[in-house]
Amino acid sequence: MDLAVVWFWIVAALFVGYFVLDGFDFGVGMSLPFLGKDDTDRRVLINTIGPVWDLNETWVIVAGASLFAAFPEWYATLFSGFYLALLLILLALIARGVSFEYRHQRPEAAWKRRFDWMIVVGSAVPALLWGVAFANIVQGVPLDAGHNYTGTLFDLLNPYALLGGLTTLLVFFTHGVVFASLKTDGDLRERARRLATRAGLLTIVVAAAFLVWTGLAYGTAWFWGFAALAALALVGAWLANVRGREGASFTLLAITIAATVLGLFSALFPDVMPASNDPANSLTIANASSSEYTLTVMTWVAVIFLPLILLYQGWTYWIFRKRVTRSAVEAAAH
Amino acid sequence: MNDLLDPLLLARWQFGLTTIYHFLFVPLTIGLATTAAIFQTAWYRTGKLEYLRVTRFFGSIFLINFAMGVVTGIVQEFQFGMNWSEYSRFVGDVFGAPLALEGLLAFFFEATFIGLWIFGWDKLPRGVHLATIWATAVGSVLSAYFIIAANAFMQNPVGYQMNEQAGRAELVDIGELLANPVALAAFPHTIAAAFMVTAGLIISAAAWHLARRQHVDTMRPALKFGLWTMVVAGGLTVLFGDQLSLAMVATQPMKMAAAEATYNTVCGADASFSIFTLGTPDGTTELFSIRVPYLLSFLSTHTFDGCVEGINDLQAQYQALYGPGDYAPIIWITYWSFRWMIGLGLAHVAVAVAGLWLTRKGRLPKQRWVWAVAIWSFPLSLMAMIVGWVFTEMGRQPWIVFSLLPTESAVSPNVTGLEVLISLVAFTVVYGILAVVEFKLVIRAIRKGPPDVGEPDPETGRVEPASTVY
Ligand code: HDD
Ligand code: HEM
Ligand code: HEM
Repeated sequence: MDLAVVWFWIVAALFVGYFVLDGFDFGVGMSLPFLGKDDTDRRVLINTIGPVWDLNETWVIVAGASLFAAFPEWYATLFSGFYLALLLILLALIARGVSFEYRHQRPEAAWKRRFDWMIVVGSAVPALLWGVAFANIVQGVPLDAGHNYTGTLFDLLNPYALLGGLTTLLVFFTHGVVFASLKTDGDLRERARRLATRAGLLTIVVAAAFLVWTGLAYGTAWFWGFAALAALALVGAWLANVRGREGASFTLLAITIAATVLGLFSALFPDVMPASNDPANSLTIANASSSEYTLTVMTWVAVIFLPLILLYQGWTYWIFRKRVTRSAVEAAAH
Repeated sequence: MNDLLDPLLLARWQFGLTTIYHFLFVPLTIGLATTAAIFQTAWYRTGKLEYLRVTRFFGSIFLINFAMGVVTGIVQEFQFGMNWSEYSRFVGDVFGAPLALEGLLAFFFEATFIGLWIFGWDKLPRGVHLATIWATAVGSVLSAYFIIAANAFMQNPVGYQMNEQAGRAELVDIGELLANPVALAAFPHTIAAAFMVTAGLIISAAAWHLARRQHVDTMRPALKFGLWTMVVAGGLTVLFGDQLSLAMVATQPMKMAAAEATYNTVCGADASFSIFTLGTPDGTTELFSIRVPYLLSFLSTHTFDGCVEGINDLQAQYQALYGPGDYAPIIWITYWSFRWMIGLGLAHVAVAVAGLWLTRKGRLPKQRWVWAVAIWSFPLSLMAMIVGWVFTEMGRQPWIVFSLLPTESAVSPNVTGLEVLISLVAFTVVYGILAVVEFKLVIRAIRKGPPDVGEPDPETGRVEPASTVY
């Protein structure tokens, strides 16, 4: 098989990793005002993702770098084209990242509240904008003959893309809340479960609209397959949550996200960034990729190291598998 | 007004600002991870709680610092595509590979194991927990190698072939790319310098407490450790810096000429190294200088009768090779940054040697100024590191990839000056605020001193978690 095609799917897999993992910790971040009744609640919530948010976020760094290495044209067009949107994402990730480390540094409530809000906003902005960005990629954007984006920020904020953004926002939110119920205990766990039920209904409606719209406008047979899987898993996740099966619900939501991302990539294939003004200007797997040699080197590295990476990251999740309890967090707060 | 909104100028300012900022944190991440690992190992082997307290003390500073390294690093990664899309198209086939390797091999490793270290005190067996901080340290050093290999390609392109049809450089030999002679010299030089910066922090923090005669049981060993690290790392930095000079002269003679503001080719005794020069503002005429004969010749060629090519001669050569244009960087920046790097570095080694003498056999000097000098170690060693990079990067101008791509052709053609201005202002403001917060937090952590750690569990030997949980 053509290595460039292989790398198209590896990049897809890296974004699956990113959205499945960082997605739920965005969700936990966004849930603070809904679930965190007092400071201890908020500490518990943040501690559920404490050991893993950094490694989750690293998936986007690796996805970005792999895009750079395997599809330099795609990386260049995408990052320069979506300039201001990416700037917002960067600022949000900065705010969020430092808040995790800084919020516990001082005891004052005002200090903590400030960083709690930075976590909420810093989680919501990327959760929304990544959806907007991916919907725009699928939809196509105006490109000139040199593959440079010719639109503005406001062209990116079209109804279809905003629906995409709303979808990722809601799916990540629900995934995060389910994760919270999986990882906490007592009253917090129960409240999280109830919130997931309500948020889940809204998520189902919005996600269904987005998937159908994508399918009708850009869908391929493969897309419909993935979309059906995503829809089934989403409904299954909702039912599992209602029955209090948190683990199953969390896993099914991960499948929803993975199937949606793969569906979007299969709707793109074999383009990587279609030009909406003139198909001749489209970026395709063939004209955006690196040389055979570079891809070969990268393939060896990926084949050897990705399994190892999955192994030690899996081990980390296993080490921190226990629920975070209020009593433990209170005991540590001396 | 048009000048104000020149995307090239703004993009260069932005890259300089954000990279320097990222690099304020990176050396400490590298050095403090290792420092924490060393003290934790000492605790593991001796069971002395002082060592554990020192580990926790520097560990807490490490974590405040680490968060900044991470969030500013993501900006770096995105910026190549955002502001320098033509550059990304031109070198992506070559330059992307080390970045991807860095992510896959180093960042994942580091980000995973640091989480285990922070949260694993009471969850992992002691030996495994110790291994996680070593893994974090290894990951950070590994990441430095890959990024320096990527940077070295910009200084000295190797392992590639031009594909004229696609208008880009393509990788043909990954081994050659990773074993770039510039990278092989720059890597140990940078790592050694990172340890100097870390030693500077340790000396500053320990001196602050010792000047007040507090926490003597933990801060004295820390001070000794810092002083010795400074001497050893300083020696290594000079040694590798010397190697790096040779590699630099071989690959970018213009940079050495600019470092010395040498306009005409000079040999032997005339190839003198000026320690200080006053000249006319345009730099072409010298008014006063202190010079060491032969030193420049020695630095550049390791012989006393070697010749160093001057800016004018190189300019003529380059015009013949690459067409009309100005091929010299901004001389006053290269000249002074090179001197400040070396001068501050040597001064640090001297201060550290004096410090070891003054504190020999348990002595603690009484004079306040001695401690004041020690406390300045950290900011000044950090400055040496930063000006070194400013020298390296500004000395490469007008090229972004030496001899292949001028900086002005690298900028994103479709990004407007206004957009770059918005992001430049946003980063300046956000980074400015964070700098103040971070600075205060580090000072606070230092003042608090080494934390109490409680007694280890008699059965498992594990200790309670650090109170740095969120
Ligand atoms: C504490 C910091 C520090 C100290 C004391 C020194 N350096 Fe340095 N130097 C750096 C920190 C640094 C650096 C980490 O900032 C750079 C930037 C790029 C690099 O690889 O290391 C650097 C670059 C750099 C370069 C430019 C390489 C290039 O552009 O390709 C040269 C020639 C030297 N150094 C040489 C020296 C010499 C001869 C030194 C002492 C006698 C010295 N440095 C001390
Ligand atoms: C090792 C990885 C690095 C890479 C790949 C890298 C790459 C680049 C690139 C692409 C530019 C912009 C183009 C240009 O102006 O030539 C640049 C400029 C610059 N870099 Fe670096 N850099 C690295 C490390 C650093 C560090 C650690 C510092 C400082 C602490 C630094 C300081 C600067 C400065 C000041 C400029 C602005 C020069 C100018 O354009 O006027 N760089 N670098
Ligand atoms: C000599 C120059 C540089 C060195 C030695 C260096 C090394 C490091 C280190 C040690 C960290 C913190 C640890 C970590 O978060 O994993 C870090 C963070 C980071 N750096 Fe740099 N860096 C340099 C310049 C750059 C440049 C030019 C880029 C742009 C590609 C970059 C990209 C990153 C990224 C993406 C992170 C965050 C990684 C994470 O999530 O952990 N760095 N870098």
